Amino acid sequence: MPELSNKERMQIPRQHMPEQSPSERIRNFNEVNLGYTIELARTEAERCLRCKKPVCVEGCPVAVKIPDFIKMVAEGRFKEAADILKEDNALPAVCGRVCPQEEQCEKVCVVGKKNPPVAIGHLERFVADWERMNIGFRIPEMKPKTGKKVAIVGGGPAGLSCAKDLITMGYDVTVFEALHEIGGVLIYGIPEFRLPKEIVRAEVDYLRQLGVEFQTNYVIGLTETVDELLQRYDAVFIGVGAGLPYFLNVPGENLLGVYSANEFLTRVNLMRAFEFPRADTPIMNLQGKDVAVFGGGNTAMDAVRTALRLGAKTAMIIYRRTEAEMPARIEEIKHAKEEGVQFIFLSAPLEFLGDDEGWVRAVKVQKMQLGEPDASGRRRPVPIDGAIETIPIDAAIIAIGNGSNPIISKTTPDLKVNKWGNIIVDPETMKTSKKGVFAGGDIVTGGATVILAMGAGRKAAKAIDEYLKNSEVW
Amino acid sequence: MNRIIEARFIAPEIKLFRIEAPKIAQKRKPGQFVVVRVDELGERIPLTIADSNLDDGTITIIVQGVGKTTKQLNMLEAGDYVHDIVGPLGKPSEIENYGVAVSIGGGVGTAIAYPTAKALKEAGNYVIGIIGGRTKEFVILEDEMRQFCDELYPTTDDGSYGFHGFVTHKLQQLLEEGRKIDFVLAIGPIPMMRAVAEVTRPYGIKTVVSLNPIMVDATGMCGGCRVTVDNKTYFACVDGPEFDAHKVDFDNLIKRNRMYLEHERKALENFICRIDVMATKLEKEDARA
Ligand SMILES: Cc1cc2nc3c(=O)[nH]c(=O)nc-3n(C[C@H](O)[C@H](O)[C@H](O)COP(=O)(O)OP(=O)(O)OC[C@H]3O[C@@H](n4cnc5c(N)ncnc54)[C@H](O)[C@@H]3O)c2cc1C
Ligand SMILES: Cc1cc2nc3c(=O)[nH]c(=O)nc-3n(C[C@H](O)[C@H](O)[C@H](O)COP(=O)(O)OP(=O)(O)OC[C@H]3O[C@@H](n4cnc5c(N)ncnc54)[C@H](O)[C@@H]3O)c2cc1C
Ligand code: SF4
Ligand code: FES
Repeated sequence: MPELSNKERMQIPRQHMPEQSPSERIRNFNEVNLGYTIELARTEAERCLRCKKPVCVEGCPVAVKIPDFIKMVAEGRFKEAADILKEDNALPAVCGRVCPQEEQCEKVCVVGKKNPPVAIGHLERFVADWERMNIGFRIPEMKPKTGKKVAIVGGGPAGLSCAKDLITMGYDVTVFEALHEIGGVLIYGIPEFRLPKEIVRAEVDYLRQLGVEFQTNYVIGLTETVDELLQRYDAVFIGVGAGLPYFLNVPGENLLGVYSANEFLTRVNLMRAFEFPRADTPIMNLQGKDVAVFGGGNTAMDAVRTALRLGAKTAMIIYRRTEAEMPARIEEIKHAKEEGVQFIFLSAPLEFLGDDEGWVRAVKVQKMQLGEPDASGRRRPVPIDGAIETIPIDAAIIAIGNGSNPIISKTTPDLKVNKWGNIIVDPETMKTSKKGVFAGGDIVTGGATVILAMGAGRKAAKAIDEYLKNSEVW
Repeated sequence: MNRIIEARFIAPEIKLFRIEAPKIAQKRKPGQFVVVRVDELGERIPLTIADSNLDDGTITIIVQGVGKTTKQLNMLEAGDYVHDIVGPLGKPSEIENYGVAVSIGGGVGTAIAYPTAKALKEAGNYVIGIIGGRTKEFVILEDEMRQFCDELYPTTDDGSYGFHGFVTHKLQQLLEEGRKIDFVLAIGPIPMMRAVAEVTRPYGIKTVVSLNPIMVDATGMCGGCRVTVDNKTYFACVDGPEFDAHKVDFDNLIKRNRMYLEHERKALENFICRIDVMATKLEKEDARA
């Protein structure tokens, strides 16, 4: 293809991601997005203006060389594109699917000033999938073994990316994971229809091939403490995530049929309750039921769309603020709407009402209006006097966020945490208050994103390398 | 994968296993439990660590076959493996020298009470054991308990062995005799634990029960195990499983444990059906051979 002028590039419309139709996909757990074809990818890649000062790169938390990899896609050099991506992003097949691009790279993309921005996320996904399906993962250059050992606590994106960098730097790496499967939220939280588990397993297998050891069913703090790990390992990285579900603390919350999003999603994703009775773990029968999900983030969207796929008659989001304040990815909100999810805004739950057998039957909500912006810049919802409604429901899922699990901090007294239980680190090196111990991901930031957790894991790997070369520099 | 070293029935439907799990054996304290998954599509079920052996790195669990998973587990023999085992989970029992401590076990609850009874004795308590079963064969761990109890009272509902009546009747009798009791630990079916709480309440005796809500991860990540105690919500897997019996909302626990009754019935029917099919197949093969 001849070199295009910027004007010509601007005339190409954004290429639509092929997807399962809403009526079809609400009856299965298969991935909604089907991925670009080679033609679609190359056409989309031509839309990139190859800016001299690519602002998209600044918008990316790990500074992927976006125009460089996109240029390779345009030229059909997908292997080179994959190499460029992987220099900065350890999990592109995952990030291409779950990153909030509209808040990051695509938000600032120059094309986006006039037209829809370049579909950077879709292209990233395309390249990663192409690599996995056509040439498989390749073994990167491995530095000679240093003879030193690092323990990684938690098998989520923070731990996995830290493990990957350290193994290539020549360290022996063991990942300790509390659950029976590696992947963190990628495995137990984000549903199959958004992130097929096969992709996460392929990434984990790849790390295994590189020599990373995985010890599942191992709760640090209980099976072995951080102090004990330090006797066996030269350094420890803690990436245990934000795994303590918040509840609403309203009456009736312990009625039957009221779940935390963590429990609901873990049963369905990790334990495969959607395959019951082939898989042993049950989930409440939602056929023909009315299900309410409280919250407005990705977790809420995942829960409500999962409820639909389990046969719910109505699946609704009940949110305190309005659509504009919802922290979920725009694509998820769009998909949820297409699938028929109902949105009830400006409503805060006051109480769950139950029947004699203890099942939830309704929720009383307080209608709200938007007031002044709060510290986060979002307009704060304030109650409208006397405006209380009762909504009949058969199940409720609470998706209002996660705090930090205290198992590690309780058993490691000299590890400093803030008042929310998040581990305090030096933001440059991810060093904690305890010598030889580093931390990153949601356990440091509170619930955030996959890419930030991954970036933190990589930063820590670099600092661990420096520390193990010269432990004087702690 | 963890290997089963020993497996034997100690009562109808109640099987004792010793399983290789050296790290857990080292770490565990009385009152703690493990989560077991029998196979790849298995449910995560909590089971109390009844004992451990540091020499061969094993833990002992005692399992009552009540549904699909426990019955499947109870079909395993020495040399077989369980797919996953994780622990030790939960808070250890609060062991103190209370003075006179009564340890009450109902049915398989005796297996759960046993490690704590042992620890109470080692802490210097005068330990009275009351262990109940429907009939004689359901009274378990009598010999083991006797080693750590200053007095031991087996009870049976039908009077086929020991004291004729419920464990609560025996406790009531001791109290009415004017025996000084400083601490009661009661573990068994929920109605039994609730009944014990009512017996000791008027006497103001510190009473602890071990709650058995439905769990998933058992590390505080899902909140499925939440129980109401003193009108507050706790996660039994990390804040318990032991709680002050006088403050537990037993009604809520009973109801929550009924959440999956339909599913449980279906899972068990399916399982038994599958076993029947397998058995028929094996019989046919045998016949051919
Ligand atoms: C339902 C849901 C949907 C989401 N959707 C998106 C999205 O679309 N895009 C996005 O960018 N982000 C999303 N997020 C957020 C994102 O998943 C997290 O920010 C990210 O996974 C954090 O990574 P992490 O490695 O810090 O922790 P986690 O992914 O939480 O992994 C931590 C791991 O540590 C293990 N662990 C915990 N305690 C211990 C212990 N004591 N010993 C050993 N192991 C332990 C846990 O079992 C877990 O496997 C979503 C989150 C949820 C819950
Ligand atoms: C902390 C704790 C310690 C326990 N220790 C022992 C023990 O030492 N020996 C023993 O025999 N039993 C013990 N139990 C009970 C045991 O976990 C259940 O009997 C088992 O999970 C039943 O599973 P199932 O598939 O065989 O039966 P199902 O038919 O599925 O269930 C039977 C009943 O068991 C309960 N149950 C079901 N699934 C779970 C689950 N995932 N977690 C917890 N309870 C569930 C429900 O009340 C249900 O009605 C303990 C429970 C807890 C919470
Ligand atoms: S800002 Fe947009 S157009 Fe410019 S390099 Fe990045 S993706 Fe291409
Ligand atoms: S079992 Fe999940 S929090 Fe207790």
